[in-house]
Amino acid sequence: MSSTTSMSSAASVASAPATRFAVPGRIAVSNRAAATWQCATLTEIRRETPHASTFRFAVPAWAGHLPGQHLMLRLRAEDGYVAQRHYSIASPPDDDGHVELTLDHVDGGEVSGWFHTVAKPGDEVELRGPLSGFFAWPGDRPALLIGAGSGVVPLMSMVRHHRARNLTVPLRLLVSARAPEELIYASEYGAETTPVFTRSAPEGVAVGRVAAAHVARLLADGPDSGWEAYVCGSNGFAEHASRLLVDAGQPVDRIRIERFG
Amino acid sequence: MNVTRGFAGRPRVRNDGLPPGQYDARDDWPVLSAEVTPELATSQWTFTVDGLVAEKRTWNWDEAHALPPSAYEGDIHCVTSWSKFGVRFAGVSLDTFLDLARPTAEATHAVAYSHTGYTTNLPLADLTGGRAWIVWEYGDRPLPAEHGGPARLIVPHLYFWKSAKWIAGIRLLDHDEPGFWEQNGYHHRGNPWEEQRYSGD
Repeated sequence: MSSTTSMSSAASVASAPATRFAVPGRIAVSNRAAATWQCATLTEIRRETPHASTFRFAVPAWAGHLPGQHLMLRLRAEDGYVAQRHYSIASPPDDDGHVELTLDHVDGGEVSGWFHTVAKPGDEVELRGPLSGFFAWPGDRPALLIGAGSGVVPLMSMVRHHRARNLTVPLRLLVSARAPEELIYASEYGAETTPVFTRSAPEGVAVGRVAAAHVARLLADGPDSGWEAYVCGSNGFAEHASRLLVDAGQPVDRIRIERFG
Repeated sequence: MNVTRGFAGRPRVRNDGLPPGQYDARDDWPVLSAEVTPELATSQWTFTVDGLVAEKRTWNWDEAHALPPSAYEGDIHCVTSWSKFGVRFAGVSLDTFLDLARPTAEATHAVAYSHTGYTTNLPLADLTGGRAWIVWEYGDRPLPAEHGGPARLIVPHLYFWKSAKWIAGIRLLDHDEPGFWEQNGYHHRGNPWEEQRYSGD
């Protein structure tokens, strides 16, 4: 061991620096649930848009989840090849023994391709979860949700939870879609939601992307304690939306981001 | 596990470089940070080695660039199941920084921390022996901000959440302390070849 004098007594009790942004995780994650693969039976397929469908699964031993969490799903081919993907959970926690995923049909996607062209009720897949406590929202703090495309999926779990439990904590959703027919869950939105359309919009609604004015309005309309912001979408969208939030004064450590490639 | 009815997967050739459960992302490089991408200028960037070291050391951008260069060419693996082959990162071997700060005999673990406040824990043995780098170039170009530029840690033999973006420092400890994702349910070590994705794996 070095006898250098600069070695201070404080150094010998060194501890890890505290994580500064949006931590600790909102919940403790069950290690056992996260590590255990379970059989899930597809019970229902609902078309949401021309490119997205919701897949409902019976998972009898599901330990429950919080809105915002995701799971890992795997498919196995006859030669033993396994494909696994992370998907956000769309359903609220109070859906005993069932979880729902809403999947885009990705061009050439081997897992989403199977779901959209082969899967039918009665098929079995395996999944593990729920995973990660970071993006979870227990329904305790005012939440400002911003999503684009299928990035709305974990946010919808939060909206449904809010509704199912009659929560009074403030909740707002800003959701971006290319066109009205591509807006996932369109029939379920209420006064909490502002839809934004980037390519074509219903008559009387402007076409454009999520902008500083949208964010400024929601921040001005926020509770005195401010919002917890949850952003979900492609990386490009997440960069854009999180930058708007920061520029509008939302603290960096109260922004949680879930990006997909 | 049972075979999934009607699932063949995409056409594939055997690839010994692909850890279990991973797929080849080819030209894609998904971005998976939980925090807002910082606007961190090279003039603001510093890298510190502290904790259980003989001498706490901090390097600024120019001082770090004056150290002997080192590059990594090989593969990287993300816990979200993509892998990327034949990438090249250039910077300085972490051994170079550690040799100058001189870890004490008690140091067994480390926490890497970022300018954003991100943290991740590693056994010290995973950071030494030419297995970890501080890098500022990707494919002979400056590392993009969304991928951790101006500089990040890379520990390519572990899942990539261990390779802290916007690296600010390495603190050496005599015990293991979970970092950000590890507190959120991820495995403490993250070896892709053993599929150490989540706690309990």
